[in-house]
Amino acid sequence: MVVFEKPYALTDVPMHYCPGCTHGIVHRLVAEVIDELGIEGRTVGIAPVGCSVMAYNYFNCDMIEAAHGRAPAVATGVKRAEPENIVFTYQGDGDLASIGTAETVHAAARNENITIIFINNAIYGMTGGQMAPTSLPGQITQTSPYGRDVTQCGFPVKVCEMLSELDGPEYLERVAVNNVKNVKNAKKAIKKAFQNQLDGKGFSLVEVLSSCPTNWGLTPQNALKWIDEKMIPYYPLGVYKDRSAAKEDTK
Amino acid sequence: MAKLTFKTDNCKGCGLCVDACPKHVLQLAEDKINKKGHHPVEAVKEDECIACAFCATMCPDCIIKIER
Repeated sequence: MVVFEKPYALTDVPMHYCPGCTHGIVHRLVAEVIDELGIEGRTVGIAPVGCSVMAYNYFNCDMIEAAHGRAPAVATGVKRAEPENIVFTYQGDGDLASIGTAETVHAAARNENITIIFINNAIYGMTGGQMAPTSLPGQITQTSPYGRDVTQCGFPVKVCEMLSELDGPEYLERVAVNNVKNVKNAKKAIKKAFQNQLDGKGFSLVEVLSSCPTNWGLTPQNALKWIDEKMIPYYPLGVYKDRSAAKEDTK
Repeated sequence: MAKLTFKTDNCKGCGLCVDACPKHVLQLAEDKINKKGHHPVEAVKEDECIACAFCATMCPDCIIKIER
């Protein structure tokens, strides 16, 4: 009996990510959910710009590469043109929370029926570890060698909290992939985000706190600890919005 | 008894699986180097594996297949 093997929705192409980068875990979770829901034939993924720019090589479903930050806009087009398709975007923090803020906020405000997987690793990974909008106060990066100074660079953008104030979005949750338990919870959240789209409920975003051992300058193991000790206190995990659950509560 | 299969050439030697294993079944093979130039993971005490799949859950490169 097979207990665990690579999901079918993931290709055999070796991933280009650095050793210990948790992008691979999230890729696998998305692929497992696609397999479990049996939607591979009608799923369209939108790849971002950033470390996961080559995500189109790793998923067995149809993929489109969007311009930097514009994945929710491309997803809107695909979903509106072919409503039967299941459309997801896979974006990093530089893509979704920086250059693509407008697309993200307005896709959420319009309650587009799409699923967004948002990887938050508090740094620009692909370009070599510059400060991102999600970098923590005091965090040392290439462009903040003395630590992020909030009087000069402002405070981090908390995407889930920000979007939860809008009336549009259906489902917002923040999860992490730093240990087995959190990975299992992350999979549940991603599955729910896809299920919401199948049920026609609307905009679902799952923020995944992810690690970047290379640019944080830590070993893969210490990077996971850093998520636990530094990131989770600043970005608390949990469901930030679940409109259908809230409706059922008031019934 | 559980059977572990590794796609050794895709292993990047990050060691997240080694840390996740509650039975200390896995270790990085210090005397081997794979195609990518990393020390790949290997099972040193495969008979103690309980097939919990914690290693595979934490493996970013999806190289572990578990059967029992």
